[in-house]
Amino acid sequence: MSAYPYQFQSRNVRLEFLRLLPISLFVVAFGAAFGLAAIQKGLSPLEAILMSTTVFAGASQFAAVDMWGAQVSVLPMMAVVFAINSRHLLMGASLYPMLKDVPTGRRYGLLLLLTDANWAVSAQDYQNGRHNLEVILGGGLVLWLAWIVGTALGVYFGGLLQNPKALGLDMVLGCFLFAMALGGKKSPRVLVAWLVAGVASLAAWKWLPPNMHVVVGALAGGVIGLFWLEPKPQEKQSRAEGDHGH
Amino acid sequence: MAIETTTLGVLGLIAIMTLTTLMTRFGGVFIMSFLRISPRIESFINTMASSVLIAIIVPMAVSGDLGALAALVATGVSMLVIRKPLPAIAIGLLTAALVRYFG
Repeated sequence: MSAYPYQFQSRNVRLEFLRLLPISLFVVAFGAAFGLAAIQKGLSPLEAILMSTTVFAGASQFAAVDMWGAQVSVLPMMAVVFAINSRHLLMGASLYPMLKDVPTGRRYGLLLLLTDANWAVSAQDYQNGRHNLEVILGGGLVLWLAWIVGTALGVYFGGLLQNPKALGLDMVLGCFLFAMALGGKKSPRVLVAWLVAGVASLAAWKWLPPNMHVVVGALAGGVIGLFWLEPKPQEKQSRAEGDHGH
Repeated sequence: MAIETTTLGVLGLIAIMTLTTLMTRFGGVFIMSFLRISPRIESFINTMASSVLIAIIVPMAVSGDLGALAALVATGVSMLVIRKPLPAIAIGLLTAALVRYFG
């Protein structure tokens, strides 16, 4: 047995690319909305496209561009970007049981493409006993390309999409993530964790500084798992792995 | 400290945003690599993972307009009935568009 037992299936990477292609079309529309916002705030087209290419984190890009002017204060911008993206810390950590089976270089390479949608699919598959890092790569690639293409469309033809809200496009990510949550396993333990997470995130959203609610809610939900263990996870996991023929 | 949004300044700001975001993408895994994963830790991160989604969605539903709420409710109901994500999402978006058009 090798030190890094995860078997990466290149065929599955292509399948996952195609699997997230439909949602990526919505991401194009999102990207276009960002491109338009960036131009209106005074970024040049190439600057907006560069930002989408290297940052690849929509909500934080909107927030940063919102702070744009003749000058931008660095620390407040970093704080906002970090706070909005701090959910990545938890998302990455949750993939660690799979990522530890991947060589270090590839592990961090995969994380370059970590974003909400491909993570949600991978996390849901993991709950259902399937190890799927291919979606992080394949799905991440299609989402990244869609985000760049969308931004480019927005900066050059943004006028065509004046009001994405009227089409419900601002809800794409919310609806996608909700569908993923409901598609996962629902045990009493998970439902209690959801309740705690929902209440905690609302409280944080109401009373704590902005952009902290996701991390606060998720950690609060996690505490339920810390004290309420699923019966015999070991046995179930070995059975699931047996099914995959390891 | 503030950076002027000249071409060079903007490139610097984008680099700072990129590095900040990269820290969040790498940080969780980096920290985990120092921990031994006990069943308890694994239970924590699994429960936390499914809670991330709820913690994003609930404030979104409460702080958004009626269209946002309707979209999430429609997606949830469709998902429970037909169990297919893409149609459920499409129904959610359509509901938001309709509620906003007539609202």
